Amino acid sequence: MTDFSSNIVLVIAVTSIATYLSRMLGVLFSEKINENSKIFRLFDCIAYSTLAALISKVVVFPAGDLGEISNLTRLIVVFVCVVVFFIAKRNLVYPTVLSAILLTVLIKYI
Amino acid sequence: MIRSGFYLKGLLSVRSVDSPAIALGCSFLAIGALLKNIGFNFQQSVSSTFFTYALPGQLVMAESFLVGASLVNIFIAVWLVNARLFPMAVSMFPLLKSKKQPKWKYYISCHFLAVSSWLIMKKDYRTINENYRIDFWMGIGTATWSIAIFSTILGYLVSDYLSKDMMIGLAIVNPIYFFCMLLGSMKNIAIGTSVILGTILGPVFYLISPEWCILYGGVTAGIIAFFSGEFND
Repeated sequence: MTDFSSNIVLVIAVTSIATYLSRMLGVLFSEKINENSKIFRLFDCIAYSTLAALISKVVVFPAGDLGEISNLTRLIVVFVCVVVFFIAKRNLVYPTVLSAILLTVLIKYI
Repeated sequence: MIRSGFYLKGLLSVRSVDSPAIALGCSFLAIGALLKNIGFNFQQSVSSTFFTYALPGQLVMAESFLVGASLVNIFIAVWLVNARLFPMAVSMFPLLKSKKQPKWKYYISCHFLAVSSWLIMKKDYRTINENYRIDFWMGIGTATWSIAIFSTILGYLVSDYLSKDMMIGLAIVNPIYFFCMLLGSMKNIAIGTSVILGTILGPVFYLISPEWCILYGGVTAGIIAFFSGEFND
């Protein structure tokens, strides 16, 4: 195995361990928690808000290819898709499909 | 062992038209293509999704690897971006607890924890007998994990045919799908406040600390939302 390949294998191993650690510690911690307790409700709130923070960070300050698109374009796509989601009675298919099409169209014309 | 009926029900829960399979598939398709472009071979790309199965963490890994970051730095960066999995596990596994079930199921199946599987489980757990929720969860996890692995393979194989615009189009699908799914899960004041405040505070904290913004924003928003929920009860 070349140095480059063995480096990648190590990087994958480190990434997997770092990720599993959070999952495993969560299971360990949850052994003592009752689903009707306040601590459970607190973690429920933190879980939802952390996900929301992650998603909005990805949209507002994206990494990778999405970062090459202007903030205005990304926010227009999000706004339109959220409106469509509610108009379509919370159907997830329409906004999901529309998002890719709308972004591709906006890239060409904005 | 595993109750096949409940496992199968979980496995088939991603079949519905509005299942996360589309968003999940698009995202991991992009990851497969990205990993090939930065020099991973086929086995390494598939292993990355097989063993990690966390999109933001894999993206951070790819970016860190490209700039030649040390293993310690990669570990910390991935741990930080995937730290959301801790509160997600704490807010889900108590719902799956049963004295009839062995502990190994919980520690193995926690690998399936991701936004998609978590949201499905949180939506459907009440419909499942509490003694077999873990089997149902393992079914959901197997399905979403398999979709991710299959999509990574597909992304790797078709990467040469994906244009820049197509990659950008694929990249927006995941946040839009999960943001709509989060909006749809706003069933009470506490969760509604969590989602709205988290959406605002994530980018706000990015201006202060890009590395810690998800944790700072998420925890701050979650604590405020929790107290607003308690106050209104």
